Formats: sequence, structure tokens, C-alpha cells
Amino acid sequence: MGSTGNSKNVIAKYLPVYFVLLAIAGAEFYLAYQNLTPIKLLAVLLVMAIGGAALAVMYFMHLGEERRSLFLTLIPATIFVLLMMNMIWSDSFRLLHMRPFIK
Amino acid sequence: MSESNLSTGGHAAYMEESPYAIPSRKLTMWLFIISDAVTFGALLFAYGYVRAASPDWPAPFKFSPSILNVMIMTVILITSSLTMLGAVDAAKAGDKPKTMRFLFSTMLLGAIFAGLHLREWMGLIHEGVRLFQNPWGSSLFGATFFSITGLHLLHVISGIVALAVIARGYSRGSLSAGHVETTGLYWHFVDVVWMFVVPMVYLLNIAR
Repeated sequence: MGSTGNSKNVIAKYLPVYFVLLAIAGAEFYLAYQNLTPIKLLAVLLVMAIGGAALAVMYFMHLGEERRSLFLTLIPATIFVLLMMNMIWSDSFRLLHMRPFIK
Repeated sequence: MSESNLSTGGHAAYMEESPYAIPSRKLTMWLFIISDAVTFGALLFAYGYVRAASPDWPAPFKFSPSILNVMIMTVILITSSLTMLGAVDAAKAGDKPKTMRFLFSTMLLGAIFAGLHLREWMGLIHEGVRLFQNPWGSSLFGATFFSITGLHLLHVISGIVALAVIARGYSRGSLSAGHVETTGLYWHFVDVVWMFVVPMVYLLNIAR
């Protein structure tokens, strides 16, 4: 990480990222009150959350300033594991049709 | 490696350079963060699984107090990441008073966040939400809600304790700027997790 040694400068440097993160959060709250279908709302909110998280990881956590080998070691493996978890959905919808929780 | 080589150069002279060019404590924190991210990911997937499979999933979060409370909590947590950046930078510059001010600001914001989170919990508990029952629908709502937000709250409280320990050690000179930076990584991660908890747990369950 390139340290400036001046905290006012470092806060000024990251203020744009801070405001973008606030804007993303604000947009999420706004969209949640629009008449979007649940699937569409889920997709939009997920994309925005991933965008916000990527900004925080690359700038606040300075992963963008580290060697690329660190990024390549950590991020693809994490994404792979999280993608593998998606295999549960078909079973989830099967359960919905069986309606096991209905009273 | 011969003994004579060791005696002239020491072990460090023969160690291979880290491919990441970061201190081991920072790499360890990154590995912890990745494993914790997967833990939260698994919890959120499990929550999604149960939610998709339940025909009567409740949507209890009204704008006031719940969503308004969550909006304030989000602003507070993102702001605490900014003060943490200031603390790390001041620590690297060796400015102890400024580092302490930024660290205490971060801890204060974290404590306010935790207080608001507990207020949110108390509101839901007052409305009758328990781990395995609630007045509205699927009995698993409380279990998933309290598990996910509870684990996050535990991370925030742990972060505040860690920051207090680091601040004490740094002010006494027993801990370095590197320790402040590593704790900062953890604090930012808590912020990142909240970015997924808010839309998945709150915004998809807004009362209409």
C-alpha cells in the first residue's frame, strides 16, 4: 500500500469511493421500494452488492495495490466456492412444490 | 544448506521470498477473511434455500423503524471504514495521537452500529419473533435472521474489542503500524459482509 503519511490526504483520496458506496446503498434502498418482481429485484441487488464489495476490497482493503499473485490466489478460489454453492437451488424449488412447511 | 552458510547469513538469508510480498500476519488475515467470506456465503445460501422453499416467508420490515434503522447503520459502517483508513495511514506515518483519534472514532461508530443492531433485534423480539416461531409465517424466519445478523454483530463486537487491544498496544509501543493495518483489513471485511446482508435479509423482505 502506498502510504501518504497524511491522514487528511488519505481520506480525501478515498472519499470518492466512500460516496460511491453510499450511492450504491442509497440506490439499493430506492429500488427495494419500486415494483420490481422478486427475481429481478434479487438480481439487481446482488449485482449492486457485488459492485460495492469489489470497490471496498480493491480500494479500502488495498487488494488492487498488492501484487497480482495475491488477488489471483484469493479471489478466483472464493468465487469458485461460492458458485459451487448454487447447486442447491433445484432442490430448494423441489421442496417448494412439495410444500413441506405448509400448515 | 551447510552449517557454515547458516552461521554467516542466518536462516533468513536463505528463505525464499514471499510470492505476495506482504508480511505473514497480513497474509494470514487475508486467508481468515476468505474463509469467513465463504462461511457468510454458506449462511446466505442456506437462507436463500429456505426462503425459496417456503411458500409463506414473512416480509416484516417496515420503513420505520426497521429500514430507516438499517439505512443509518449502513452509513455508520461505511463511515467507520473511512476512519479506519485514516488510522492505518496515521499509524504508518508514526503519528500516534492521530492514530488513536481515528481508532477511537472507528470503535465509537462500531459501538453505535452494534447498539442500533440490538435495538432492531429488540423491536423484532417485542413483535414476537423467536428462533423458531413468529406471528407471520415460516417458522425458520427467526432462525435465519438471527443467525446471519447475529454472526455479523458478533464480528462487529469482536472488531471493536480487537481495535481496543490494538490501540492499547500501539499507544504503548508494543504493537506496530502493521498490526493496525491488519486489523483494518478485518474491519473493512465486516463492512463488505454488511453490503450483502442488507439486500438479502432486509430489502427482499420489506413490508408492502
